[in-house]
Amino acid sequence: MLRTASLIVASLTLCAAFTSNAQAKVTVSISCSSLGIEMELCRDGAQAWAKQTGNEVKLVSTPADAQERLALYQSLLASKSDKVDVFQIDVVWPGILARQFLDLNQFIEPGKQDGYFQTLIANNTVDGKLVAVPWFVDAGMLYYRKDLLDKYGLKAPETWADLETAAKKVMEGEKGIEGYVWQGRAYEGLVCNALEWIVSNGGGGLLDNAGKATFNNPQATAAIDRAKTWIGTISPQGVLGYDEEQARGAFQSGKAVFMRNWPYAWALVNAPDSPIKDKVGVVPLPKGDGDKAVHTGTLGGQSLAVSKYSAHPKEAVDLILYLAGSEEEKRRAVKGAFNPSLKSVYNEPELKNDAFFSTFSKILESIATRPATVAGKGYNQFSSQFVRAVHATLQGQSTAEDNFSSIRTSWK
Amino acid sequence: MMRTLAGRRALTAWSFLTPMLVVLALVAGWPLIRTIILGFTDAGLGDFAESQFIGLANYRGLASDPVWWRAVANTIGFAVISVTIETILGLIIALTLNTHLKGRGLVRAAVLIPWAIPTVVSARMWGWMLNDLYGVVNAVLLGLGVIDKPWAWLADPVLSIASVIAVDVWKGTPFMALLTLAALQVLPREIYEAARVDGVSPVKVFFQVTLPLIRPALLVAIVFRSLDALRVFDVIYVLTGDNPSTASMSVYARQQLIDFQQGGMGSAAATFLFVIVAVFATIVVTAGRLKVGGVAR
Repeated sequence: MLRTASLIVASLTLCAAFTSNAQAKVTVSISCSSLGIEMELCRDGAQAWAKQTGNEVKLVSTPADAQERLALYQSLLASKSDKVDVFQIDVVWPGILARQFLDLNQFIEPGKQDGYFQTLIANNTVDGKLVAVPWFVDAGMLYYRKDLLDKYGLKAPETWADLETAAKKVMEGEKGIEGYVWQGRAYEGLVCNALEWIVSNGGGGLLDNAGKATFNNPQATAAIDRAKTWIGTISPQGVLGYDEEQARGAFQSGKAVFMRNWPYAWALVNAPDSPIKDKVGVVPLPKGDGDKAVHTGTLGGQSLAVSKYSAHPKEAVDLILYLAGSEEEKRRAVKGAFNPSLKSVYNEPELKNDAFFSTFSKILESIATRPATVAGKGYNQFSSQFVRAVHATLQGQSTAEDNFSSIRTSWK
Repeated sequence: MMRTLAGRRALTAWSFLTPMLVVLALVAGWPLIRTIILGFTDAGLGDFAESQFIGLANYRGLASDPVWWRAVANTIGFAVISVTIETILGLIIALTLNTHLKGRGLVRAAVLIPWAIPTVVSARMWGWMLNDLYGVVNAVLLGLGVIDKPWAWLADPVLSIASVIAVDVWKGTPFMALLTLAALQVLPREIYEAARVDGVSPVKVFFQVTLPLIRPALLVAIVFRSLDALRVFDVIYVLTGDNPSTASMSVYARQQLIDFQQGGMGSAAATFLFVIVAVFATIVVTAGRLKVGGVAR
């Protein structure tokens, strides 16, 4: 995910090679994220494919930090290396890496593409080219302390104003607790948070299809200015330095009533050793006011792409279609709470009756996407300027409108 | 005869030096030259081969970017403040360790621990300790009643630069202390005995005798630490990320190179950093009339 934790460099380590069949045809190497249990799930899935087809798979481990992983991919692909056939890529990378990947349209008939969420296919399509197959999907969600809201006779908040009132009420009654924690550090995570505030307030997306900035409008700036008022009231000042794990640290140690985070936190806050196990609920993020206000969440997640330099493109495509197929996606959802990218999987009984997945599929209906595909190679630069403006506003340096006006307006 | 002997000696000297010079040229010279060249091109990350020469455009871009100048100011401020504090604290610790204490060896080893921990690890550790809600620093200060509500050590623009400097001081002081201690231990005892016989006050002894004698070693230590501090990256990147209010020149260069994939711009920033470090080193070495071997001329 988007952790900027700068972990100790992990260079290409060939993790394991599995021989499943004496008559193995080819060896396909796949690089998965090694965050949490992702590596284990990826290995089991790839191994099952190898067994079924008689091929071999090789796992290439990568740094857990997404930004480091992108740098590694870029240098691998720049050297036109055929060492890695299948890449696991983040939702904001298709635009950056598009030139180095195969067009998957030639392998996957359009009918089959319809099974995936349309937003994901659109996100992964660069200049008419399908760069990657969606694998799992993430979205920002609101975690709340059921026990505390019950104690004060409160309901899970519907609007941001509800959240403010509820947070203040609990903070008055309890000692040493903060209201709302989120990701306020000046990094990609803040883009996700700010996008949610803006879209939920009816402020629209960040860039239009022509790459023109669309966020300097009253609904959008009001949303950022509203978030500014949280600092020092319902959110600690330190939230301006938080990433996902620090927000989870505060929430999981019982020091916050509400938290905005990705789905990965669900399994962790409910882990056996978690102090708030079974005291947590999850709902879509609140909405703002105005007619266009909606419940939303920023789209995250990962996809699978095939390198242009692969020596075995056919087998590589076969592998990603297996991994992003309904059986495997269901297995990953049940085992690791990874949300399927295939719509049909949510109707499987195991997922349908689970409150977590049904909440999540509701969020997917009005998900907000970052303009990564439109901005292409310039996305990280856009993200950095946008983050700087939002962070400055939250720190109280001038208004959102002022700060937004310093951002370049054209990003194509 | 003399000449040939000298000639032979020179030949021997060169034959010993050559392997090192070749290695240096390969691992330091070539990357440096390539970085400087790339700084004048529009190279993107991954397509260095297709890059075009664009003259000084990258440097003009740098000069007009307020974020870059903020990074320059941050770096220089960081280096000056942290090295000054480290030098003073290191001197005090070295003077203390130089007296005949019981268990001096143990204390000396203990002092070294912060220096021995990899910066990424210690920075991450401090990141947890400085967390405003569950960090131990705020817990202690709140418990003692020094502060009445948690401070946001890594979020507030002023506090975060102070925190970064504090963590660097924690890590860098042992280095200064040890180099200073090494210099203190080779000072001739007779001078101090003579001073005592003459009844010179300890303060005067320190400023008139000790300080001038250890000055060369101290300057070498300061140069090393300053060069380190000017190219600071890890402690800042781990504690506060790309946040412009604390970002150093190296953090800026990394962001241009990796995040924005602007190989040319990133190389220009790295070259600029190299020039600043080189100029600083030249000034100190000349002004201090100092041989890096540690002996005054």
